[in-house]
Amino acid sequence: MVLIHCPWCGDRAELEFRHCGEAHLVRPADPAALDDAQWAEYLAFRDNPRGWARERWRHVHGCGRFFNALRHTLTDRFAATYKPGEAWPEPPA
Amino acid sequence: MSGFSAFRLLREALRGQSGWGPQWRSPEQPQPAYDVVIIGGGGHGLATAYYLAKEHRVGRIAVLEKGWIGGGNTGRNTTIIRSNYLFPESAALYDHAVQLWEGLSQELNYNVMFSPRGVLMLAHNVHDEQSFRRHVHANRLAGVDNEWLDAEACRAFCPPLDIAQQRYPVLGGALQRRGGVARHDAVAWGYARAASALGVDIIQNCEVTGISRGADGAVNSLATTKGEIRVGKVGVVAAGSTSLVMAMAGVRMPLESFPLQALVSEPVKPVFPCVVMSNTVHAYISQSDKGELVIGAGTDQYPSYSQAGGVQILSHTLEAICELFPMFRRMRMLRSWGGIVDTTSDRSPIIGLTPVPGLFVNCGWGTGGFKATPGSGHVFAATIARAEPHPIAAPFSLDRFATGRLIDEAAAAAVAH
Amino acid sequence: MTRLATGGRIDRTRPLRFSFDGRAYTGFAGDTLASALLANGVHLVGRSFKYHRPRGILSAGVEEPNALVEIDRGAGRREPNARATVVPLVEGLVARSQNRWPSLRFDLAAVNGLASAVLGAGFYYKTFLGPGRDAWHKRWEPMIRRMAGLGRAPEAPDPDRYGNRYAHAEVLVVGAGPAGIRAALEAAATGARVVLCDEQAELGGSLLAEPSAWPQLAADLAKLRANPRVTLLPRTTAFSYGLQNFVALAQVVEATGGLRERLWQVRAGRVVLATGALERPIPFSGNDRPGVMLADAARHYVQRWGVLPGRNVTALVAHDTGYSAAFALQDAGAAVAAVLEMRATAPAALLAEATRRGIRVLANHGVSATRGGQRITGLLAAPRGADGTPDAARATPIACDLLLLAGGWTPSVHLFSQARGKLRWDAALDAFLPDEVREAVTCVGACAGEGLAPGLPVTQLAAGSATAHKAFVDQQNDVTTRDIALAVREGFRSIEHVKRYTTNGMATDQGKTSNMLGLAVVAGQLGRSVPEVGLTTFRAPYTPTSFGSFAGRHRGMLFDPVRTAPLHDWAMQQGAVFEPVGQWQRARYFPRTGEDMHAAVARECLAVRNAVGIFDASTLGKIEVVGPDAAVFLERCYVNAWRKLGVGRCRYGLLLREDGFIYDDGVVGRIAEDRCHVTTTTGGAARVLHMLEDYRQTEFPDLRVWLTSTTEHWGVIALQGPRARDVLAPLVEGLDWRDFPHMAVAECRVAGIAARLFRVSFSGELGFEVNVPASQAPAVWQALLQAGAAHGITPYGTEAMHVLRAEKGFIIVGQETDGTVTPEDAGLAWLIGKAKPDFIGKRSLSRPEMLRADRRQLVGLVPRDRSALPDEGAQLISSADARVAEGHVTSAYRSATLGHPVALGLLAAGRARLGDTVFATRLDGPPMALEVVSPVFVDPKGERLRG
Repeated sequence: MVLIHCPWCGDRAELEFRHCGEAHLVRPADPAALDDAQWAEYLAFRDNPRGWARERWRHVHGCGRFFNALRHTLTDRFAATYKPGEAWPEPPA
Repeated sequence: MSGFSAFRLLREALRGQSGWGPQWRSPEQPQPAYDVVIIGGGGHGLATAYYLAKEHRVGRIAVLEKGWIGGGNTGRNTTIIRSNYLFPESAALYDHAVQLWEGLSQELNYNVMFSPRGVLMLAHNVHDEQSFRRHVHANRLAGVDNEWLDAEACRAFCPPLDIAQQRYPVLGGALQRRGGVARHDAVAWGYARAASALGVDIIQNCEVTGISRGADGAVNSLATTKGEIRVGKVGVVAAGSTSLVMAMAGVRMPLESFPLQALVSEPVKPVFPCVVMSNTVHAYISQSDKGELVIGAGTDQYPSYSQAGGVQILSHTLEAICELFPMFRRMRMLRSWGGIVDTTSDRSPIIGLTPVPGLFVNCGWGTGGFKATPGSGHVFAATIARAEPHPIAAPFSLDRFATGRLIDEAAAAAVAH
Repeated sequence: MTRLATGGRIDRTRPLRFSFDGRAYTGFAGDTLASALLANGVHLVGRSFKYHRPRGILSAGVEEPNALVEIDRGAGRREPNARATVVPLVEGLVARSQNRWPSLRFDLAAVNGLASAVLGAGFYYKTFLGPGRDAWHKRWEPMIRRMAGLGRAPEAPDPDRYGNRYAHAEVLVVGAGPAGIRAALEAAATGARVVLCDEQAELGGSLLAEPSAWPQLAADLAKLRANPRVTLLPRTTAFSYGLQNFVALAQVVEATGGLRERLWQVRAGRVVLATGALERPIPFSGNDRPGVMLADAARHYVQRWGVLPGRNVTALVAHDTGYSAAFALQDAGAAVAAVLEMRATAPAALLAEATRRGIRVLANHGVSATRGGQRITGLLAAPRGADGTPDAARATPIACDLLLLAGGWTPSVHLFSQARGKLRWDAALDAFLPDEVREAVTCVGACAGEGLAPGLPVTQLAAGSATAHKAFVDQQNDVTTRDIALAVREGFRSIEHVKRYTTNGMATDQGKTSNMLGLAVVAGQLGRSVPEVGLTTFRAPYTPTSFGSFAGRHRGMLFDPVRTAPLHDWAMQQGAVFEPVGQWQRARYFPRTGEDMHAAVARECLAVRNAVGIFDASTLGKIEVVGPDAAVFLERCYVNAWRKLGVGRCRYGLLLREDGFIYDDGVVGRIAEDRCHVTTTTGGAARVLHMLEDYRQTEFPDLRVWLTSTTEHWGVIALQGPRARDVLAPLVEGLDWRDFPHMAVAECRVAGIAARLFRVSFSGELGFEVNVPASQAPAVWQALLQAGAAHGITPYGTEAMHVLRAEKGFIIVGQETDGTVTPEDAGLAWLIGKAKPDFIGKRSLSRPEMLRADRRQLVGLVPRDRSALPDEGAQLISSADARVAEGHVTSAYRSATLGHPVALGLLAAGRARLGDTVFATRLDGPPMALEVVSPVFVDPKGERLRG
């Protein structure tokens, strides 16, 4: 049970959060302009990295806010959490 | 390959079992070139190699395994086998596998201990009941065995079950009698031994680090920790690591990899005759031949490659087990472990061609891969050999995510694999 | 009796009676079951897993592989596989041996031992292949299963309670031996909050076998006990080490009539691991006989429990600590026949001391065989050859009743490894030691190698053993050195492969006594070093941990929270039958005397169609959508057009996932320009809010709109039926009935309570849904019942609700839909706002698969035989002998209104097949013929609900 740092509430137990998938996937402004493959790319295709991953979380049993996180998928360590719209932190060296 | 039999075992007993050689050849170094290379030495990959050699007479085949064969999800699951899936495409695929399971020990001359002791899926509310009865109807129409039991019949089939628990009493269940369990490690070893006997090279501790393509765009060689290998065709069967391997060929996959935890109890005398799954309370359980209760549940909530998980996941699973089987509360957890399962958005596998000529992929089995092992290898071998999807594999193509022809067992039934 | 006249930490003033296999014995408070059995001269305690060999007590701790017993405290309290070495003796303890028949002394299955030449590693993979394909399952497996397993599982529900506690500690110290106690004292001295836990009943670890250290130990513990910031937890095992120093502890409480165990989950600023080291056994022929014991364990039995486990002792030592054990036993009155020193020469000082004591030391010796049946009677001491093999030809017999094994020490790095710490091989110490780790953890004492002296390397300990007969590595699972050699010969080279093929290290001691030896044997076979062969990973639990302690209080009604609607208590009083819907309990029907469900539901339905029914719809999800962009937000999410929805009006909305499939539905009322009252399905409430929040926060942050769950704020009372207005109107204040058509909403007062009144119908009848604050709902319900009495008002439940809506062709998300159904499939494409450029899921609706003509569409179905009810879930086929499904029955009910069954289904190209006959499969007979009809059975023009 890891502690996750909600950018608004601070450190809270993992149970209060929900993982919400890869971050920085922007919903296409005009989906109708995409072909089926491009739309599928948005819907289903993911980086699924082994290493540092940028992902979305929601403090669902807390403030309810969505935020982004930089987490290492091999060690499960969070390097940073940041609010939507904030610049991406670079992974630790 | 020297044959396994009771007679041979007795004969060997007279000379201290000294006559047994390696069950499979495991060359330290790969050959410089192969017709087909399978990336991933789990059950699915080894089965693919076996059927490529046996049924398609492919000459030079290698299986590359970054660790030791069968060390991934093949050796980290709860060994449940069943084929009572809702959609005809899924039922056809998994039933193909069950039919192969039924004769697999004889086929491989290796006792994989397939034990069709019946898989019972419990219904705890009206919605479960409707859903499972729909499964029963669909399966029977498709010629796949599945039957509906009322609550008393469930208890009769599985005496330790408490059907009158306070919170989620059992209303009934769907039983597939041909379903059951098998000895997971033996599946990998049995296929390895049989494939090796047909000339397949099984290279362990050999990790693929790059995939090269020729001027025509087709895959032509692999970089590995044991040197470069020229290849005709490549089949990727790397489970949780599929995204990473496919990325080497520039192919992005509709996959996310999640930890899946399971546990066993200390061994006890036979107490649990079948396999029971409950999706509403999130747990499944059987008893191994050694006597351990083998217990699992759904995946952890977030993707990870760590093969480690929190106590809270195990707690949640054991709460459910204690609720269904209050007599097991004093039983003790002996071991827990984690696998990494690759899941697709429709919770069905991907078996088939990729945008890269010569590169084939078999992945996305999520939590349900073990049961499919023989069928998966069988249809994937045919797909690679003919460079076109085997009819049973065809619906599980990669392009279904673009066409929308999804096979969404999870949404349709809310049933865990 | 082998109890010493004096000494030990037992309380000789408190004798305790207990039984083992039905024989009565006496021990003392402070004994473990093992020490008490030894004190009574009982060495034979169990039988091994495979060969049913007689086994005794090897150790004095959690690593015990052999002395497993059943503890019986009555029905539901029977506990298999308890390690006698850690079971504290209590008055009246009932223990039994396991895995033997008919008795421990005479076990018929010991015949397996004769067949051990056949039953080697992995023998079962090579045989049982016939006769016939099902021979394994039908013939062999039942036999194997009966032979396998150790103890018996409990057979009745466990009546005991289990607790759970969370704690924070600045310093958590695991292990209360000398290093742990020192660490706890140091931490406590800084004022830190300290938790000190130890798996044993008594704190002190190795100090408990050092009488000279007892005064200081008592003082140290008293000091810790007096410190209010220190928590001491004996009988508490740290078994799991998670990220960020989150450590799980299993505490045995066994309070009378109270708690049995408690799971602690401790978040610690710093963890100090003082987990000690385990003594290595030694592999040689017959090393498993009762009376063969780890040297330090024997010393503990003498010093801590005042028990002399043997009178005639021989010690096989590869490490200096073996001498101390031999000397301690001699001091306690045993005769030490010999010390067999496996090393080339014995350390000079120890040799001198042994000589002084008159103990014969044979250097460079091993054991080539042991003698004895159910207790060791002697051994053959043999000089070790160049490869380490004892030379049986030059062996000397030595009589003994106790053989001590001092194979050296393995630091307990399990928890450190679970903390994802890296291990390094220390060649000098011949052990894996803690290396790098990211967690704030410190290893102290023997687990860090501190205070450990090197002994004979483990590879030399195992050298030459691979050819020995019945030299056990994993004593519980009966894995011999030959088994491991066979596995290597058969190509199993990875230690994980060897472990799985031979089952070495997979017994209930989790390899604590067998892993290092197994590694050494493999290393010897492969000609590699131990670190080259590698180490299997350590995962929770450190020692086996009860299911109950994980489950804690989450049992019975506390297994999962129950949600109840405001009228739940009233429905209970009325004798309603309930059904679980997600976490909710909903009233399914209200049977009157003598009624079954069918009769009750028929009556409830007819009441709604002919008069008026009242229904608790409070479980519906409700979301208040507020802000200037409320309608724009809904416009972007739901398929419908919302902007033109006037204030005071409502509309049925449909929400898709991005993949185009129906996700949820519900009525949305526009309360004000900037305020919408959105309802969702009962099961969908939380996930719909989550999804809408996702889009609001991350895709549409430009919109000024806020969402609030009001599910539990509003109690919702549905009044449905031609008399609904007659019942309701007299109770309503502040509503203009002239402007309140079907699909209108207004804020008004009902029975004096501020309400949101919807005119909506899920039955096809004139209908209203009265939303009042949940706490007021029972009062309003009573007022409506009273007002309705004259009109025949009838409470109805979810079953009648389902029938009524099905008669009207209204879908239920999750029943008519299953995550593969589009609006077009469900006949709801008319809801889609045609002018909208986009909404969630729109793009997916134009994918090729969604445009196929043969997609399954919602239709009505009526049995040709009007007395037959099709099965929900039945497959639809085009002819009675067809094998290809073309759809399925989603709902089927007996309709009291129509006098015949009605069903809804999804059928390929169904809307073009009205009037056709299709067949529904049955589980108990031939398929049933159905006519395909419109899904709207009652009032197709919708006149009744506009009435």
